Amino acid sequence: MKIVATFKRVPTTEAQAKVGGDGKTLDPAGWQYMASFYDEIAVEAALQTKEKHGGDVTVLTLGPSEASKEVREFLARGADSGVILKDADPAARDPRWTAKALAAKVQALGADVVFTGRVATDRDNAAVGPMLATYLGWACVTEVVALEISGAAGTAQRETEHGVETVAFSLPAVITCNKGLNEPRRPNLKGIMAAKSKPIAEESPSDAGAQAVVLSVELPPARKAGRIVGEGLAGVPALVDALKNEAKIL
Amino acid sequence: MSTILVFVEQSHGAPRRASLECLSAARATGLSVAAVVAGEGAEQAAAGLGAFGATRVVALTGAARWSADAVASDVAAVARELGAKAFLASATSTGKDIAPRVAALLDSTLLSDCTALTAEGGTLVATRPWLAGKALAKVTSTAPVFCATTRPNVFPAAESGGTAEVVSRPASNGGRASVSAVAEKSGGKLDVKEAPIVVSGGRGLRGPENFHLLEELAAAFGSAATGASRAVVDAGWRPHAEQVGQTGKTVSPKLYVAVGISGAIQHLAGMRTSKVIVAINKDADAPIFKIADFGLVGDALEVLPALTKAVAAARAR
Repeated sequence: MKIVATFKRVPTTEAQAKVGGDGKTLDPAGWQYMASFYDEIAVEAALQTKEKHGGDVTVLTLGPSEASKEVREFLARGADSGVILKDADPAARDPRWTAKALAAKVQALGADVVFTGRVATDRDNAAVGPMLATYLGWACVTEVVALEISGAAGTAQRETEHGVETVAFSLPAVITCNKGLNEPRRPNLKGIMAAKSKPIAEESPSDAGAQAVVLSVELPPARKAGRIVGEGLAGVPALVDALKNEAKIL
Repeated sequence: MSTILVFVEQSHGAPRRASLECLSAARATGLSVAAVVAGEGAEQAAAGLGAFGATRVVALTGAARWSADAVASDVAAVARELGAKAFLASATSTGKDIAPRVAALLDSTLLSDCTALTAEGGTLVATRPWLAGKALAKVTSTAPVFCATTRPNVFPAAESGGTAEVVSRPASNGGRASVSAVAEKSGGKLDVKEAPIVVSGGRGLRGPENFHLLEELAAAFGSAATGASRAVVDAGWRPHAEQVGQTGKTVSPKLYVAVGISGAIQHLAGMRTSKVIVAINKDADAPIFKIADFGLVGDALEVLPALTKAVAAARAR
């Protein structure tokens, strides 16, 4: 089986937001980066699928050359090859652009299944997975917490606000992965050594152009300073009073 | 007048509140609002949508099973037929499953999880959070159809008192993926994203066995959901579906109560847009107090039972 896992290089969750000089981007000074949290789960799902069904895993990202650090990490965990669709200006992308660039490469790779995170933790669109599937004309199950593939079909479970859905799908498919699907492994020494000789290709992405236009970006308004209403059990009546008479909630 | 098409979710014939909020957000733009509703109960749900601002409603009926790709292709067909200038859905699990596919079928990008939507100079402009709300971007789209999802609990679900022309049409069958079973949540338990009140717990509860105290407080408030910090989800004390923060859910309830949560930046990002924030923590220097409207310095296990009792008493009066 030809398996692809896509990931996005994003600022770590500790990153602070600071508006850039143009007022339309964030200033990345001081940021550290990582593979988006849910994409780690996607790579693990890809590796487990390979272990169960055979085949090989390509890790695919749209991003800067620096993403080779994360690609190398995933190769050390057991992926076979990496592809970086080099994108000089990640801030300018929108989900349609990303999905189209990934779709072109996924098609060229002849993949049977693509795993990706349910959302990237920088722009929070949660759109690329299902858009990718739609451009490919494939099945897609989003926010998956359990997965079973057998032959050219599979079943997946997704958690929604109203309960757990079981979805039957046919391959080829895009699966967007949610926390709970698996626990991403850490690489071992043998994997780290093996990763050094695995190929990472850098290519130019297809360029659909962005439709989303950022007009401005700002930090959320600071919350009005609150107050400590009290301490311990003695503070409980004051808190309930505040909820009732100030917040008008009770 | 140009049309904005809203995908309305429903459950057993009742439109979901997040979708009514989405309809209201659409109506507030001044565009003519059409709605499309699918699944078992679609016709029943369609009948009530005029009151929330829809002037035309298409009910897609008769599908044997729910299939997101089949629904999306039907919705995109409705959008094309109406010549819709914009398409909206709510940023719920179902909305996030359908909207990107509809957008792709219309070859339009998607602006997700918007917290404001206005018509400015003949175009729509949305505000959407970046980095789970650490920054807010004002964005528009040059796409053929302006496609966006709206965050639940942010827009009011305002009745307009209007009526809609409702048409039913057969839904497509046979998508590439379809729902074969649904295990519905028991007892109408609310999701953190939709609940008007969220009561969240962290390490300060000291163990999974103490979370019943939090559930009892949620029950005392009435329509409240229980949430959790990343630390306690990672520790396996609570399910991931409850996690609030940058790698969980971003919430905007009218009241957020953080119990025994210190307030890591990634947690604050996920709940800072709550209307009122209450923090209970035994560490008076915990960062959570900096964004809380009302803080109580105290031990969660000591304070919770008393607070539950007091809240229940206040509501009973």
